[in-house]
Amino acid sequence: MATEASQPRTRAPRPSIGALEWLRQNLFSTWWNSLLSIVLLFLVFQALSSLLRWVVTTEGWIAVTSNARLLLVGRYPPDQIWRPELVVMLIALLLGLSGGVWRGIPLVLAAGFSVAMAVLGVLSLGLPPDQAPPVFSTRLFLFGVAALAALGIAAGWRLREALRWPLVAGWILLYPATILILRGVGDATIGTNLWGGLMLTLILAVSGIVLSFPLGVLLALGRRSNLPVIKWFCVGYIELIRGVPLVTVLFMASLMLPLFLPANVRVDAVVRAIVAVTLFSAAYLAENVRGGLQSIPRGQVEAARALGLNVVQTTLLITLPQALRAVIPVLVGQFIALFKDTSLVVIIGLMDLLGAAQAIYTQPQWFGIPGGVWRETFFVVAGIYWIFSFTMSRTARQIETNVNVGRL
Amino acid sequence: MNKTQTSNDDIIICENVNKWYGEYHALRDVSLRVKRGEVVVICGPSGSGKSTFIRTINRLEEHQEGRIIVDGIEMTNDIRNIDAIRRETGMVFQQFNLFPHLTVLQNITLAPIWVRKQTRAESEKRALELLERVGIREQASKFPGQLSGGQQQRVAIARALAMNPRIMLFDEPTSALDPEMIKEVLDVMRELATSGITMLCVTHEMGFAREVADRVVFMDRGQIVEENTPELFFENPRHERTKLFLSQIL
Ligand SMILES: Nc1ncnc2c1ncn2[C@@H]1O[C@H](COP(=O)(O)OP(=O)(O)OP(=O)(O)O)[C@@H](O)[C@H]1O
Ligand SMILES: [Mg+2]
Repeated sequence: MATEASQPRTRAPRPSIGALEWLRQNLFSTWWNSLLSIVLLFLVFQALSSLLRWVVTTEGWIAVTSNARLLLVGRYPPDQIWRPELVVMLIALLLGLSGGVWRGIPLVLAAGFSVAMAVLGVLSLGLPPDQAPPVFSTRLFLFGVAALAALGIAAGWRLREALRWPLVAGWILLYPATILILRGVGDATIGTNLWGGLMLTLILAVSGIVLSFPLGVLLALGRRSNLPVIKWFCVGYIELIRGVPLVTVLFMASLMLPLFLPANVRVDAVVRAIVAVTLFSAAYLAENVRGGLQSIPRGQVEAARALGLNVVQTTLLITLPQALRAVIPVLVGQFIALFKDTSLVVIIGLMDLLGAAQAIYTQPQWFGIPGGVWRETFFVVAGIYWIFSFTMSRTARQIETNVNVGRL
Repeated sequence: MNKTQTSNDDIIICENVNKWYGEYHALRDVSLRVKRGEVVVICGPSGSGKSTFIRTINRLEEHQEGRIIVDGIEMTNDIRNIDAIRRETGMVFQQFNLFPHLTVLQNITLAPIWVRKQTRAESEKRALELLERVGIREQASKFPGQLSGGQQQRVAIARALAMNPRIMLFDEPTSALDPEMIKEVLDVMRELATSGITMLCVTHEMGFAREVADRVVFMDRGQIVEENTPELFFENPRHERTKLFLSQIL
């Protein structure tokens, strides 16, 4: 007797359990698990409710909202505020277009950005006029940015193929364009000593990441080189930098660099900070990439060489791509650390996001508020750092799953 | 198989090749001539230097003494000679060594595109033909990690063939495979052997050697102990060590 062939099913059965059953299985499975759950839930509830009470009752928020410009751009001249605004609009447009063209991760980022801007816009409209942040030349700026990103998504969606390469070029040109727009040209340049706040933090972090990545990869490859001179130079550099704290590298860059240069050459303070952050980060990056390179089995190189690929091709096509994939999580962790570490530039006199926070809570007009406004200020600043770091880490997680598709 | 060629038609000439790993003398005066189109099987106990020898032929291992001439090109330290020889020879490894970050198709087209400077279209066309030949055309867009061992090894063979080598080197291509997959790889190799390509093959598959090889070479302790046609090698081994080896393996 023939058995009936069972139909293939597209999905494995998923057990469905109710909320109560879930609670019982996960939180109250044994008596001590129940006890632990109750104690923890109580503590969390206590903490959250007092935090919430503080958030809604404290008067200190006005210090943050009325100083929003200081937090965002530092002492950048108010009449030139259109320059950073223009940059933000460019970013919104590029992000939107990328989301439309590439979909996937860029789309999530673009949509998230658009929504976040719209929400911020609503919040800023909701404030009474005397407390509203005088950051923007128009209060509709945030809505404009949100709309621009959304329009970008729509346009990118339509013009998919045509936009691919222009977009890549656009992202590459964004960095020099940003610097040019923020500095201005001709006589009316805006000195970097006036750059600050979140804007400066982002410029330092992006510069550090973009520049230290190739440098770190080169150092990692150099460390594995067969040429002793290159090898020992890289080893020496990496070990030297890794042996000292970032603060000292920052001081070295800002105080000692001028000693090595001719007297008439003045290196901009922000450039010095970028150099320091880059040199520092590159050493750590090199070690991480080297770890990735070491994890590649010898057979990979042998197969590539046997096929006739030369050393450079083998590195660029075989070992490096695999090594970088293997270390994506570590690298992103390091970039997040770099992003937060840029706050150390306060000690060489730059006013980044953290510096701006310090400037705010030391303003005399808040001395009347009991307890000052430092809690509110740091709360907001920490929130800003967190949003960026969290976005980076989620994005990295997503990229990681995407490149792992099909690989076992 | 062309067994009638003249001796100056030797495509691989090894003369007194010596190699040391530090103190350890891994190859001792190894001399071997392989004719164009010939299929030579190398066997011998573990650690006898079979891999080392086959890998000196495309310079994955450097030899310290002796001469190696591949298709008229002498192996020197000149990188151009080495690259020229590597373009003549394809190699298949025990552990497949496919590139895990590339699809099957990309694995095969990589070297034709970057080394032979073929266009993507022509290299892909050829790659699909080769996949057809090894019987896994439908796997072209998968990643190596999604294939079985036997399928991976067949991709590896296709990858080597894509460079149109005159010589194929195999280093125990079936040793890492489950028994039911060995046959599918041997079938491909059998078909290849009849195509006129020169094959140098380290393997313990004595059935394959008996059936396909023009010559069997037995190595022990870094030396070539005995070489003969498969009939004479299996029926009438001359050397004691060969007899011992055959008694253990058959
Ligand atoms: N990189 C190396 N460094 C030092 N010794 C090595 C190295 N590679 C191989 N050897 C030694 O050289 C000898 C020959 O090794 P080889 O791999 O050529 O043997 P084989 O005949 O291929 O053996 P198997 O059948 O196990 O693959 C062995 O004794 C091995 O330990
Ligand atoms: Mg071996």
